[in-house]
Amino acid sequence: MDARNFTYMFYGFLAVWLVLCAYVVSLAARERKIRREIERLKMMVEEKSSTGAP
Amino acid sequence: MRTKLMIAMAGIAALLLARNLYVILLELPDEAAQGAIYRIIFFHVPAAWTAFLCFFAAMIASILYLVKKDLRHDAFAASATEVGLAFGAANLISGMIWARIIWGIWWTWDPRLTSMLVGWLIYAGYLMLRRAIEDPTERAKIAAVVSIFAFVDVPIIFFSIKWWRTQHPQPVVWAGGQMDPAMYNMLFMNWIPFLLLGAVLVMIRMNQERAQREIDAMRRYAHAM
Repeated sequence: MDARNFTYMFYGFLAVWLVLCAYVVSLAARERKIRREIERLKMMVEEKSSTGAP
Repeated sequence: MRTKLMIAMAGIAALLLARNLYVILLELPDEAAQGAIYRIIFFHVPAAWTAFLCFFAAMIASILYLVKKDLRHDAFAASATEVGLAFGAANLISGMIWARIIWGIWWTWDPRLTSMLVGWLIYAGYLMLRRAIEDPTERAKIAAVVSIFAFVDVPIIFFSIKWWRTQHPQPVVWAGGQMDPAMYNMLFMNWIPFLLLGAVLVMIRMNQERAQREIDAMRRYAHAM
């Protein structure tokens, strides 16, 4: 392979995968947040129904 | 079932990418003028095509939402737009790195680059607008209209290199563009894993939208108790 500009080619490849990986990480963080919120709401509903609070 | 499908699609995408990377780096012929950097095209172009396809799917889903008033179409439009933005960002940044070597500059206000950046910003605005509207049906209706109008920019991006004199190269896969057959095939071969990855990301995002609707329903239920 012609090695001219190989470093910038590597940066280009890296940039594409870094952007997509960053998006996947943000999706995973959002997933965790949603799960936590569902758990919190489930506990809240159970608590309210057990105490019979209005 | 859906999780297994997503894992299978992601696995196939990973295998195809590994195989394509081997071919791109070690088997494809060199480009006479550019050296190794021309190989960015195999990520730069499929990323753009995937982004355009996501925006097109979002526009169709937005029209369907306006016709059927089904929030699942709105969720799909939001998911596809977000994934399209990720691929659009990959396209813009890889293009800037390529430009730095070939043109000697990171950026120029050329019609292709500018229309792509404007499109990216419009779709980013679409997502910001969604966050700003509380009521789900109101949000879905306004977002659908924005998505349909935002898509007007996509053909402008696509045809800008034919309509105006641009610093960006002329088409290489349509309008009489020429490319070595091995390079031409690899462009499409590398688009397949991008499409698979995009589909998996949209499916994950759709699951999150569904979970968010459940959260909203639970919140209403909890407050009504």
